[in-house]
Amino acid sequence: MARAVSKKKVAVVTVIAWIVALIIFFPILYTIITSFKSESEAITGFNLIPSGTLESYAAVEAQSGYFKFFLNSVVLSLGSTLIALLIGVPAAWSMAFAPSNRTKDILMWMLSTKMMPAVAVLVPFYLMFRDLGLLDSRVGLTVMLTMINLPIVIWMLYTYFREIPGEILEAARMDGATLWGEVVYVLTPMAVPGIASTMLLNIILAWNEAFWTLRLTTTNAAPLTTFIASFSSPQGLFWAKLSAASTLAIAPILIMGWFSQKQLVRGLTFGAVK
Amino acid sequence: MATQNTRMLARMMMAPSVGLLLIWMIVPLVMTLWFSFQNYNLLNPANVSFAGLFNYKYFYTDPAFFQSIWNTLAIVLGVLCITVTGGIALALLIDQPIVGQGLVRILVISPFFVMPPVAALVWKNMIMHPGYGVLADINRALGLQPVDWFAQYPLLSIVIIVAWQWLPFSTLILLTALQSLDTEQKEAAEMDGAGALNRFFYLTVPHLARSVTVVILIQTIFLLGVYAEILVTTNGGPGYASTNLPFLIYRTALLGYDVGGASAGGIIAVILANIVAFFLMRAVGKNLDK
Repeated sequence: MARAVSKKKVAVVTVIAWIVALIIFFPILYTIITSFKSESEAITGFNLIPSGTLESYAAVEAQSGYFKFFLNSVVLSLGSTLIALLIGVPAAWSMAFAPSNRTKDILMWMLSTKMMPAVAVLVPFYLMFRDLGLLDSRVGLTVMLTMINLPIVIWMLYTYFREIPGEILEAARMDGATLWGEVVYVLTPMAVPGIASTMLLNIILAWNEAFWTLRLTTTNAAPLTTFIASFSSPQGLFWAKLSAASTLAIAPILIMGWFSQKQLVRGLTFGAVK
Repeated sequence: MATQNTRMLARMMMAPSVGLLLIWMIVPLVMTLWFSFQNYNLLNPANVSFAGLFNYKYFYTDPAFFQSIWNTLAIVLGVLCITVTGGIALALLIDQPIVGQGLVRILVISPFFVMPPVAALVWKNMIMHPGYGVLADINRALGLQPVDWFAQYPLLSIVIIVAWQWLPFSTLILLTALQSLDTEQKEAAEMDGAGALNRFFYLTVPHLARSVTVVILIQTIFLLGVYAEILVTTNGGPGYASTNLPFLIYRTALLGYDVGGASAGGIIAVILANIVAFFLMRAVGKNLDK
């Protein structure tokens, strides 16, 4: 009896949950559907079944050179992530394994740099970038993205590294491991999952960053955020093309995001929720 | 165990991060502060002079300033209301045993990974457009007049878009918190005869309270800086109806070329953000001591 009731309850909850989930997902779903329509189809009213044409995808590349922007997004997000890891891993490492009484203060200070509103430093950065010839350059924007995500990288790595038990190090030392051997054979294998998670989240954040990318680039170094934003002043009908460009812009990161749900929580709450 | 040697090494490993962040933070902030006391217009860069508090006064007496402060707060509070209540409801819903839970979860969190310009343009053109949007189609099917969202309710439209982007974040965090609630505790309460309502108010709510605080604080930091969504939808208009503080500063700086005025606005933004940051740091710091 109780079993039957709970089965019925599961069915009801399942239906409600699916309806809610589909409503939330709908704008993305409809964008993907519209990307497979022709422009005239896209504006003929609500229609969930596209003709399956690929002309919008072809048009996006042909008219605007989509691939260049995509490549910029890849270079900027990968480049800034790798540099941030290169700088951040040693720092997080030393704070996790050789903490001093100032470690907590340094961590909190790093967190505080994330609190500074980007717009407050827009003017100085804009002027400095202009004077250094870094406006609309990949180098300039890579450095910017590296620096704005560095605190998150260090924090996330720190919460991962801290979970590596110190006893293992002592055991290795007892067995006569050198400092170098300790790092290469004992710590690195245990740290790789944390570093990979951090990398994943950071690529997502850098890919979607939409303040500095919009303000510091125009064409040469422009990633997909700038490219899509240029659709905001339309000339003619472009629903299907916008959808195709949007689908291409979000697809890779959407898939990466699905794999990084847990890391997202940890990374964006600075370890406050696990 | 920490010998002189390892301490030295630790310091060296930390130096690049600390040094770079320090420079990256202090230099521009000092520049902003300096510019905020200068008469400095990019159209007339040779003529820079000390302005005292003029820029602040100018910013303060500009009617757009109070509107932008109000809009900034309206966006933050509006989005928080939707995402926190919606997030709690969704987290409780998904936490139930349901068929296809993993897939439901993926669908619900997806909006978070959509870059802001895409989210804003998709909503603007495909959902809220008075001619071709899905909402207009629904209205027409019901025999109603389609709503011109961005002309009639510009601020509400932006709140809806931003809330859609952040709902997954609060849901995901609250869901994580729910799942870390000890099942043994739940069962014990059940055995002791606590009803579903009692279990919710005396077990679940206190357990979620801390995560809700974290959600509110972190979202506030990001919501104070909403920018791209406004740029590609309303461009701050009509008039200043959907201009928030970041957008006003951007307009002053890069469209008005007024470096001094924009810098004064920037300092005000820093003060606003710091009030929130103070509480967030306390919440996170407490956790670090554990």
